[in-house]
Amino acid sequence: MTVNDRARLLDEIRILEFMAVELNLYLDNNPNDHKAIRDYNSFTKQLMAVKDEYQRRYGPLSNFGTALSQSPWAWLNDPWPWELD
Amino acid sequence: MWIYEKKLQFPIRIKNPNPKMATLIISQYGGPDGELAASLRYLSQRYIMPIPEGKGLLTDIGTEELAHFEMVGTMVYQLMKGASDEEIKASGAGPYFTDHGRGVYPTSAAGNPFTAAYIQSKGDPIADLNEDLAAEQKARSTYEWLLRMADDPDVIEPLKFLRQREVVHYQRFGELLMKVQDYVESKKYF
Repeated sequence: MTVNDRARLLDEIRILEFMAVELNLYLDNNPNDHKAIRDYNSFTKQLMAVKDEYQRRYGPLSNFGTALSQSPWAWLNDPWPWELD
Repeated sequence: MWIYEKKLQFPIRIKNPNPKMATLIISQYGGPDGELAASLRYLSQRYIMPIPEGKGLLTDIGTEELAHFEMVGTMVYQLMKGASDEEIKASGAGPYFTDHGRGVYPTSAAGNPFTAAYIQSKGDPIADLNEDLAAEQKARSTYEWLLRMADDPDVIEPLKFLRQREVVHYQRFGELLMKVQDYVESKKYF
């Protein structure tokens, strides 16, 4: 059940981040498209909220001072991305 | 600097090992049109981009390619992981196994180790962006050849995602090339 919750949250993160990546690449060529910037900011806000929830429950998604850690050092929590989950 | 994100861009859960397929897919890890070459190419070319759009796009696509590098490495790892020594031998993946076991090594499917000779950084933004357009098309072709040889949906879905990203990157590079050409023209660069 916990594994499914984790996978569900990760999928939500992937979907929102995909929208952000696509808009990011588009905006690199179209920096004055204000509607696309509004969309980018909206997806980014949702993405930050879902990432926060994930990291509170399962440990940091990113390293080097970008997320707080539980104790013991939660960066090492399994699984790593290449492992089946 | 770069920050790692501890997740794949697209989920990969390959349940059935297939060592032969691993030694074909490895080409997109360390082969001539693979993801490592792509990332290294764009991240090296970005320094001399004359307009902010170019600095941004090469940084961002170069970064996304690293996420694809990780996806391809994950596919190779999972395809090799559950296979027995006997299955590896019977599948024809023996030459790869001899040098790398079940590890992930940047090589082409034909066994040539990764080399920076696969890429160019010419110091000329027009030449570099033309190379980038060709590189995206060649990577798209490679994914299509791999898709023809794949029969497992767990393998096909991530390959289709990666193929589609090549198409998107090609579009973005094409738009950028036009902007850089306009800029060079306006500056009477030569």
